[in-house]
Amino acid sequence: MNRLCILAGLMAALWMSPVAGQAPKSAQKAASKGTPAAKKSPAFKTPWGDPDLQGVWNDATSTPLQRPGGVGTKDILGDEEAAEFQAQLANDLTRDRRDGGPEVDVNRAYNDHWMDSRRLKITADHRTSLIVDPPDGRIPPAVPLSPERQRARAERAAANARFNAGLPDNYRDMSLPVRCIIRTDSPPYLPTIYNNDFQIFQSPGYVTIAPEMIHSARIIPLDGRPHLGKSLLQWLGDSRGHWDGDTLVVETTNFRTDDGVTFQGSNPETFKITERFTRVDATSLNYEFTVEDPKTWTRPWTAIIPWNKIDPAEQMYEYACHEDNYDIVHFLTGARAREKKGETK
Amino acid sequence: MSKRFRTALLALAAIASMSPAAAQQFPQYRPPRMADGHPDLNGIWQAFVTANWDLQDHEAQSGPHPEVMGAYGAGPAGQSIVEGGEIPYQPWALEKKKQNFEKRATADVSSDKKWHEIGDPEFKCYMPGVPRATYMPFPFRIVQGSSPYILMAYEFTSATRIIRMNWKGEAPTPSWMGWSRGRWEGDSLVVDVTGQREETWLDRAGDFHTEDLHVVERYTPVSPYHLMYEATIEDPGVYTRPWKISFPLYRRMEKNVQLLEFKCVPFTEDLLFGRFSKETGK
Repeated sequence: MNRLCILAGLMAALWMSPVAGQAPKSAQKAASKGTPAAKKSPAFKTPWGDPDLQGVWNDATSTPLQRPGGVGTKDILGDEEAAEFQAQLANDLTRDRRDGGPEVDVNRAYNDHWMDSRRLKITADHRTSLIVDPPDGRIPPAVPLSPERQRARAERAAANARFNAGLPDNYRDMSLPVRCIIRTDSPPYLPTIYNNDFQIFQSPGYVTIAPEMIHSARIIPLDGRPHLGKSLLQWLGDSRGHWDGDTLVVETTNFRTDDGVTFQGSNPETFKITERFTRVDATSLNYEFTVEDPKTWTRPWTAIIPWNKIDPAEQMYEYACHEDNYDIVHFLTGARAREKKGETK
Repeated sequence: MSKRFRTALLALAAIASMSPAAAQQFPQYRPPRMADGHPDLNGIWQAFVTANWDLQDHEAQSGPHPEVMGAYGAGPAGQSIVEGGEIPYQPWALEKKKQNFEKRATADVSSDKKWHEIGDPEFKCYMPGVPRATYMPFPFRIVQGSSPYILMAYEFTSATRIIRMNWKGEAPTPSWMGWSRGRWEGDSLVVDVTGQREETWLDRAGDFHTEDLHVVERYTPVSPYHLMYEATIEDPGVYTRPWKISFPLYRRMEKNVQLLEFKCVPFTEDLLFGRFSKETGK
């Protein structure tokens, strides 16, 4: 009896040893090498049966959110037009031009040295806008704003103007990203010049999305629990998810009402965002979001952004921001020095 | 005793010797498993020691500004979580720790070069580093799935770190939360952490390290509701020998409990940047 117990214990111990743990991993490796059978498998399932979205993904593209003028009503371009469109966007985005004086040049500080090179390519399907609905690829017309929101927007615009002129009054004149409070970690996720990586983690009952910038993790429960109470608001809101077939659907509410928290100055109390993540194949997924706010836009609108798996040798790195935010002091001491010299531009 | 039986006993003894001493005060526990056979550590966990105020024995103490903060700023008493009671500092380092403590609740960001010279990084809402993140008075979530990565998500300043399982290679660059390489030893998740920025502190008492800090953590499930946490801390320029801390982590059990936000940057902006504003700036 004793002996049996000990042997059972030993077997259990072996079962939990690292050697035993490596077996599934090497099997996984073989699968990722891509035998045709593995590729065709409808798999992309986690061991507990959820669609598998795990990995490090990159959402960089130069295709703009809204369809620019010049491409008319075309939503998808042929090869030649696409090459021209891409070259034009790359030129606009890198701003590595020499026209204009030194002041203009300073404002072009973020040239292609800073740029994620994937940011200079349009989507693989040659789309002219990330917005797919409305069909014109443009954000729908705005509804008239209440006087309070008009005043708030005017105040924000004045603060932005002071900041852009190099004369911010205080740190509150700076945007939330400059202050390192939220950056591209707030939904919807849109491509930016750098740090377009997102790592998706999954565990039974949860999907967790960790955007590289800034280091926060969005932990999304899938168990159908209610949202947080109405008086518990967050910078990144409060997300709940569920599976619709193989698509992860995420609804986010409870955004804080501070200026700049909700997307494009929408109204936090009426703003709704629904995101859909669908695995397409081994190396890509589709990220789709729909936003609606009857107090901001005349109708809901939807965009689709392709996410591509990055080379496994590439890694997510820590994006510390506030910890060394020298800029914020430079902006302010610069402004005070210019005021002393009597500059008021 | 048959030969086979003796071999089994020896193997068991070897496994037992790998498991942390502290865990042995708990009865034998076999945790639920993930599909790969390793223990499932998913959940929200929290330490209930007062080591964030001081790793060593400490009395209850007033905060740095009792004239404005009253009892709100005060810290609780607590017993040392350091094995043997005291951190084995080299003499110069003990002196520096005392200076750190004196200036713990100050900050001066007027010069880039002196940006990190004074003040507890927690006071300024900087990411806490390891092991401090584990015993701050905030919960954290372990996210463990079927990829070679485990995520630790902390409520304090929404800090995160990725544990790379069986990763080979050195930390590519120093960072606030360091570079974490994980492996399983029996039922313990063992995490080797290097590449931490020298600016993080270990507590509000001014305990510190250099960028050579090497931390080896062990997370061992000892019941459905507890992980035993141990960390060995090594930094030959600061301490006379490696030293060890240990304490239990408790599973947060409230219905629908979730990690909330403690985004503390806005709580520090007046402190750090207020003096440069138009109203007060010179």
